Amino acid sequence: MAARAGRRTAAGFHLYHVVLLACAAPLFLGGLLSDLAYARTYEIQWLNFAAWLIAGGMVFAGIALVWSLLEVLLRREARRRGPLVGLLLLLAIFILGLLNSFMHARDAWGAMPAGLIMSVVVAALAMAAVWLSVSGDRIGAAA
Amino acid sequence: MRRASLLPAVAAGVLLAGCSDPAPERYGPNPQLPAQQRGLLPSMEIAKPAPWGDRRPIVPQGYVVTAIATDLGIPRQTLVLPNGDILVAEGRGGGAPALRPKDIIANFIKAKGTTSVKSGDRLTLLRDADGDGVYEGRSVFAENLNAPYGLALAGDLLYVANQDALVRFNYVEGQTRASAPPIKVADLPAQINHHWTKALAASPDGRFLYVGIGSNSNITERGMPAEADRAMVWQVDAATGAHRPFATGLRNPTALAIQPGSGQLWAVVNERDELGPNLVPDYLTFVREGGFYGWPYSYWGQTVDPRVRPQDPQKVASAIRPDYSLGSHVAALGLAFSTPAMGPQFAEGVFVGQHGSWNRNPPVGYKVVFVPFRNGRPAGQPVDVVTGFRESNGVTRGRPVGVTVDPRGALIVADDLSNTVWRVTPARRSPAAEAPSRPTAAPTGNAPPSATPY
Repeated sequence: MAARAGRRTAAGFHLYHVVLLACAAPLFLGGLLSDLAYARTYEIQWLNFAAWLIAGGMVFAGIALVWSLLEVLLRREARRRGPLVGLLLLLAIFILGLLNSFMHARDAWGAMPAGLIMSVVVAALAMAAVWLSVSGDRIGAAA
Repeated sequence: MRRASLLPAVAAGVLLAGCSDPAPERYGPNPQLPAQQRGLLPSMEIAKPAPWGDRRPIVPQGYVVTAIATDLGIPRQTLVLPNGDILVAEGRGGGAPALRPKDIIANFIKAKGTTSVKSGDRLTLLRDADGDGVYEGRSVFAENLNAPYGLALAGDLLYVANQDALVRFNYVEGQTRASAPPIKVADLPAQINHHWTKALAASPDGRFLYVGIGSNSNITERGMPAEADRAMVWQVDAATGAHRPFATGLRNPTALAIQPGSGQLWAVVNERDELGPNLVPDYLTFVREGGFYGWPYSYWGQTVDPRVRPQDPQKVASAIRPDYSLGSHVAALGLAFSTPAMGPQFAEGVFVGQHGSWNRNPPVGYKVVFVPFRNGRPAGQPVDVVTGFRESNGVTRGRPVGVTVDPRGALIVADDLSNTVWRVTPARRSPAAEAPSRPTAAPTGNAPPSATPY
């Protein structure tokens, strides 16, 4: 009984992590698509969209990073390969996302092509993090 | 990756890490243009405002400086009227919306280095009726203007460049208050108004007004449609208000002046940011009719700015090199031709007011310099005239904007941080000799009644 409640708490705790990542990933993806649109059209508004979408992604990625850190620190059972890789992924997303935000603070084409390349990397990492967070390995405890 | 010159830029960055000064600023007709560079974050070095207290700006030996008006509502440009009265345009314009997260952060930081006083939106008249150098008379000449900046007098017409329109007043010598509301001469481009200041000069015959209109962005980051009718000098017909572009590609022509004798139009122009501490030089130039000066496609003639897409090689090929580099990021906002009455060392040349940098470490500007001329062209290194606005620890007491030369031998400097107007004069002259004949006008306290005060 107690074990089952513990598992439920654990799953609930982890659910926040998944939702936060599920918010961050499409924002980073939107940033990437906006970057692509800017690179193809030189229409500056796409670059503004990209900057805001990335900033939004960073908010959720930042909270998710803290959450993931708490998960690993507070829950003994989270100290396994899956959650640790997830934490490192989030750390990479956060650092690269921050660099990408600075890149998108450059004016006009000054943000390119480095901004686009970084957007590709960050969006890919964010999707990988979502994948990992909902994969069997991660919620294996409930099985 | 981003630029072919990435390697030299990195090398320069490594070099810079070892010393505090990122190489000296470069002046004159042939400044060296280093490789473009941009760190992860633009370096920002914001002024720390502080009151003057008993201190004063520093002027050359043999000159004195006095504050002739304080507690103004953000003085920007001044105009010396034929009777010696001084008009001060006060106000703050702009208000371009923040488009990116960067804008919000940068605006917040930059606001710390400027005054928090309310925009005056008026013209204040200062009068020294007895010629003792003390401007005891002060009155509001006109109010409820929209961020007035450029001022010019042509005959009996006083022109004022608001941030959205060129307007005029009738002016009678000795007047201390406008007799009627302003009449609009022409609308000026005011959408967004990223660079809101509208510089102004009148042709010697009074037929044309020249209006300096700044770009709507640093380097097209608000899109090219926002740059229609921007970054250029307009020639406006005084009689009809019709306008045409007189010269283009001038990123932010912040002050215009007519050269005595030649009647030629000169300008100081603020150039683009975020290409490094020693790019791009702000400049002083004779404004060639029909000339294209590069913005946004290129700078200092034909050096391409890769941040602008689509590029325009044809425009780049037609770009003119400006005449004289004032140094990068100095933010030249004032321009006035000197007169021999300013003393032999400043007899021929221009004074340039430099508001000072916000994105260069160490900071530059924050002073008034003199660029000597010979045979009507700039010749030689700039000379510091008024300094002491900023200390090396960042404490900043003033920021010079407009400069004007009183033909009787005085330099008038508007300071929009301490909201003061400074007056610099050669010390050897006795005050009485400075302003010989004055109209026997009443001090401004008893302004002559006007028929239609407003």
